[in-house]
Amino acid sequence: MSDKQGVLGIFSYLDVTIETVKKLRDSGFNNLRVFSPFPTHEIEEVMDEPESIVRFFTLGGAMLGAACGVAFTVLTSMDWPISVSAKPIVSLPPFMVIIFELTILMGALATLLGLLINSRLRRDTPRSMYDTRFSEDKFGVMITCSKDGVKDVEEILTSQGAEDIKFDGV
Amino acid sequence: MSEQSTLTYARVNDDVIRMLDKPTFKWWALFIPTLIFVGFGLFCFIHQVYSGLGVAGYRHPIFWGVYITDFVFWVGIAHSGTLISAILFLFRANFRMSIYRIAEGMTVFAVLTAGLFPIIHLGRPWNFYWLFPYPNQRELWVNFKSPLLWDVFAVSTYLTVSALFFFIGMIPDIAAIRDRVTEVPRKIVYSILSLGWKGSNWEWLHYSRAYLFFAAFATPLVLSVHSVVSWDFAMSNLPGWHTTIFAPYFVAGAIFSGLGMVITLTVPIRKIFHLEDYITLDNYDGMAKLIILTSGIVGYAYAIEFFMAWYSGSPAEWGQFYYRATGEYALFYWIMVVCNVLIPLPLWFKSIRRNIKILFIVSIFINIGMWFERFNIIVLSLSHGFDPAAWGIYKPSWVELGITVGSFAWFFMFFLIFLKTLPSVSIAEMKELLPVPRKEAKT
Repeated sequence: MSDKQGVLGIFSYLDVTIETVKKLRDSGFNNLRVFSPFPTHEIEEVMDEPESIVRFFTLGGAMLGAACGVAFTVLTSMDWPISVSAKPIVSLPPFMVIIFELTILMGALATLLGLLINSRLRRDTPRSMYDTRFSEDKFGVMITCSKDGVKDVEEILTSQGAEDIKFDGV
Repeated sequence: MSEQSTLTYARVNDDVIRMLDKPTFKWWALFIPTLIFVGFGLFCFIHQVYSGLGVAGYRHPIFWGVYITDFVFWVGIAHSGTLISAILFLFRANFRMSIYRIAEGMTVFAVLTAGLFPIIHLGRPWNFYWLFPYPNQRELWVNFKSPLLWDVFAVSTYLTVSALFFFIGMIPDIAAIRDRVTEVPRKIVYSILSLGWKGSNWEWLHYSRAYLFFAAFATPLVLSVHSVVSWDFAMSNLPGWHTTIFAPYFVAGAIFSGLGMVITLTVPIRKIFHLEDYITLDNYDGMAKLIILTSGIVGYAYAIEFFMAWYSGSPAEWGQFYYRATGEYALFYWIMVVCNVLIPLPLWFKSIRRNIKILFIVSIFINIGMWFERFNIIVLSLSHGFDPAAWGIYKPSWVELGITVGSFAWFFMFFLIFLKTLPSVSIAEMKELLPVPRKEAKT
């Protein structure tokens, strides 16, 4: 494949993991991924990723849902107007319920889509660069670097006390 | 969190995944009777389809009876699951963490159960899809101004969103099970369900956002759903139904009944699976406080209904409430008041809130009381309307009671399957409660 190489270090402690990320950054390795059994703000802060774009999916879905709700109720009422006691054919108060429910429904479905597209379909780490202990009690730092850099990375990981180090082509 | 000091990350995985071991004799001893009762409910339904709605106890003027009572009851049960999983999540109430998965499962299964009843209640249940707006050969559309149609939208949205919320919350935990199980078929199923979850910071970033938005959607949704259910009644001009208090009254009642059901379900599960370290007395204390609050709101609603009926000066309205407390169904009315207002009162004492046995007994009474509340609202208003010449009495038939019992079995059947196939306690969120492993103590 390419001349890129993946290196995965496994750690037991959160503070050591974060320290390792900082050290790797200082040494010029910026293509990093951190694995953890649960979400923590500390990892989020040190990784400094841009804000998740799932929110735009949510907003878009919700607005589309509201628009569909308006169109659906208004257009179908006008398609076959039934006048009851001269009440308005297009009557927004009862339609608000439908509009509200469709806003929520489509917003939620779009959020799911956003989650799938952004975190699942974007398979950026190979299967071998995973350890089943990450879903239990271990933390992991994966570095993607050029083949020349592997030695430096391994040195940093060892000096930080990584319990296990794995290598794979990326 | 002193009570959880013996927990470690690995133990959380062990304990939760251990619950998914091969079903024991006890599990089968519960599951087989549930299947039998589901079968009986199905038999009653088939009998009703074959013979017509006449076998239900419907008689003029009462054509909404036990089925609609069951529908409102089960939708109500669902609500506290969303309260615990979404609303308390937004409020960052930690006491939700260990119980929210069970409560969420309860929500999904209760909505699944509730959704059956409007269909069972139909004279021609095979035409239920007419409720959905779709282009048809008559070029007719559904009536969007009808509260019954709002219900279709509200309940189906609620089912979809709560099922998604339930599933998304489980993804990291399913990955943990995937990493642990060894049998090939189970591994394949959990691998597919986990959607390839690895727990990278990139995944957690989007996941946490998406989860927050789901909670933010579920919160107004849950309030809207029972409001819409209450408008099924409040929008029509009938004494006892046509009142503006119905939406908040129904929402509070729903959360009240659902909390009762959460306690009814979690107490035996906690005991059977030895989850004392997870579902702690603090959790029950928190739920009991919410019960006091919602019981208070429900009690207030009972009182204000009488006041409004008297203050309105409407003979029909006052007659309806006088009838509720003193008429043929007075026993049901007073069961409701005792179960929902008086029995929860001792929960004001901390020692009682932390006594699991008493709490369990109170929760059973709440379930009973809230079923009767819905019965009273629906049947009593219909039986004693404006015109004394059109008053009547309704007695549920064995078919209706059979289907009701079957619905409880149907709910418990899903719940028992859930306990053996999916993680009943959130592994990832429990870990957030535990002290983070650090080499050096944080300064």
